[in-house]
Amino acid sequence: MTLLLVAGVFGTNASANEYTIGLMCDRSGVTGTIGNLICPGFHDYIRLFNKQNRLPGHTLKVMEIDHGYNVPRGVEAYERFKAAGVMTIALYGTPHTVALTPKLSEDHILGTSPGFGSAAGANGERFPYLFPAAASYWSQVASAVQFIQNNWKGSTQPKIAYIYYDNPAGREPLTIIGDLQKQLGFELQTYAVPAPGIEMRPQVLDITRKFKADWVVAHFFGQTGVALKEFSRMGHPREQMIGLVWAGGESDMKVAGWDKADGYYTVQMAHVGKDHPVNQEIVAMYKAEGKAPPEEMELSVYYNRGVSWAALHSEAIRATVESKGPNITPADVKNAMERINGYSERNFMPPFKMSPQDHEGGGYVRIFQVHDGGFRAASDWMQGYRDVVMKHVVSGE
Amino acid sequence: MLNRETATFKRTYAEDMALYPAPLPRYTILVLLFLFFVVVPLVSSEYTLGVANLLGIASFGALGLNLLVGYTGQISIGHAAFMSVGAYTSAMLVSIMGLHWGLGMIAGGAAAAFLGMLVGIPSLRIKGLYLAISTLAAQLIIEWGINHLPFIPGGAGGSIYMDKPSIFGFQLKTNLSFYYFIYVVLVIGIVFALNLFRTHLGRSMIAVRDRDIAAEIIGINIFKVKLTAFGIASFYAGITGVLYTYYFGVANYEAFTLVVSIQFLAMIIIGGLGSVLGSVFGAVFISLLPIVLDIFLRRVGGEFMEESQIAAITTQIQLMLYGGLIMLFLVVEPDGLRKLWRNITDYFKVWPFPYL
Repeated sequence: MTLLLVAGVFGTNASANEYTIGLMCDRSGVTGTIGNLICPGFHDYIRLFNKQNRLPGHTLKVMEIDHGYNVPRGVEAYERFKAAGVMTIALYGTPHTVALTPKLSEDHILGTSPGFGSAAGANGERFPYLFPAAASYWSQVASAVQFIQNNWKGSTQPKIAYIYYDNPAGREPLTIIGDLQKQLGFELQTYAVPAPGIEMRPQVLDITRKFKADWVVAHFFGQTGVALKEFSRMGHPREQMIGLVWAGGESDMKVAGWDKADGYYTVQMAHVGKDHPVNQEIVAMYKAEGKAPPEEMELSVYYNRGVSWAALHSEAIRATVESKGPNITPADVKNAMERINGYSERNFMPPFKMSPQDHEGGGYVRIFQVHDGGFRAASDWMQGYRDVVMKHVVSGE
Repeated sequence: MLNRETATFKRTYAEDMALYPAPLPRYTILVLLFLFFVVVPLVSSEYTLGVANLLGIASFGALGLNLLVGYTGQISIGHAAFMSVGAYTSAMLVSIMGLHWGLGMIAGGAAAAFLGMLVGIPSLRIKGLYLAISTLAAQLIIEWGINHLPFIPGGAGGSIYMDKPSIFGFQLKTNLSFYYFIYVVLVIGIVFALNLFRTHLGRSMIAVRDRDIAAEIIGINIFKVKLTAFGIASFYAGITGVLYTYYFGVANYEAFTLVVSIQFLAMIIIGGLGSVLGSVFGAVFISLLPIVLDIFLRRVGGEFMEESQIAAITTQIQLMLYGGLIMLFLVVEPDGLRKLWRNITDYFKVWPFPYL
């Protein structure tokens, strides 16, 4: 066994002009339904990057390890990445991100955790090697409130209900939405849905009949289908509901029924749909190889997140090689990542504005609306109440 | 252990009471200690040591659960919850109140033991599957408590970061330093467990497991024994949580969910219920097998597939092989890996003259 381990680690002889990205994935654990969409997107973008020779003379290689959402196996994957000499690591899973954050700083390896970890992780001075690199729950909820404010026609402030799955990630936005409520003066009620979250009729009844909310902000992880069904049963207009990033996948809409979800707004951290040039290029790449386009692209919400995740990693490495030459270290890539300013891969993803303080990249999101069995953009890339969010990022809570 | 009992004569009481009375096992232990504390650290890479650390911590946790399930016959599906109690207690004491890590470690174990004994109270009246469900309740309640009790800090993410412990001014940072730390704790745990079952308490635990009514008739206070077993097992669980916390530098409840509890049960069932060595075998088997399969399949797949295809396929094959191997080992030897090992050692006990 030990022999195998040693062979496995040192057998991967990286050639001089090949840079490796470590990708953690969950294909077999509790979040496998999402991992099986995100990770193929990641691979496809890197393959496209190499095919298009975007980094002349060099190639990128993805080393994926599936940890099954098991923390010790995630830590093992990290050690294997480190032994293989990866340039950057894409961290998958909140407990894994949390457990590995101290190690990243010790080993000076950059790790990104879009959609995972805690919102306070955006503080680059406290966590120098961790890059959430996507809007945190704080930024998402702030953008959601901003979107509601932009679209609210009433003469007084709207009544907003925040309904969330009762886990740390679900509770995380409470501080921000509470602050905004004080600042803007809208009426706010929060509703926790306890595990496993497949029954939420009491909360929905409360929201629609008792509180009579104008707008609903929903924060779910796979329970969205149930929520949409219940709200549609109670006659709450879906045009006055907005879901955070894990509450707006195609499969959720399938569960609810596309007709019942019609009009529902979702907060997104990457482009949705397969019409974007990047998607088209990936399809063309498959076609040139004589293969059918990837099935995963049909569920573009998560697939495209994998694509944008890979794009950010590759851009950081490309920028490093461009400025430093071929001999680079993970610490160089981290510095390059902090200098990324406005890169958006042709508007496929938010215009990331990284800095040594802000590892979130500005916390941009884009709102997409469920329309006619698909999604359509309902806003441009937007930030919401950045000052409020940054105040909390700096204080750390 | 490899054992040849012929021609060992015990001349003193001390010799008779020794943990390993025969010379061969004693030498084996010395060789193993030398191997684990001198050879392995010298020849291993950073990566191998990292894996060894995870295996060491898992072994410690499995050992604790085996004391309760394997030796005392009380099923518990709340083992991971007690780990989280240890983890949070130590992280709070060390990182927020600024106490010494050693104190945090013992307090973590003690807090878990206390809660474990509370959870063990129903064991006087309920047995078997019913007890399993009440420990399941403990798992859920503790998880909920960590998330919602206001005096447990950690913010919305539920995690408390802490500095890694330092011994005499030397901070444990590398995998190597943690290797020594974890394995010294593991050896202490193993020696304690081995000795426990040579005492009155340990024998009482086994008696309770085998037939509790008979045990009561011969004068064993069942309630006390069961509660003590819960306490000791939870203490081990607490220390396991502390080890994870010190090693990762953060306490996070999501590392100790129900799935983890069940995984620890799987470890002791496949390793061998009621066996110290079996706990270690089981922990190594369950933790290492997916890793080895992954590395192996990746190497094989790398010969003729692209990385993106390997990733999609190996996971599926790895899961099938993993499940298949667990079933295979249980069918071949329902008593677990320790029985397989015992068959081998028994064979060599009389080798090369089995007919004598």
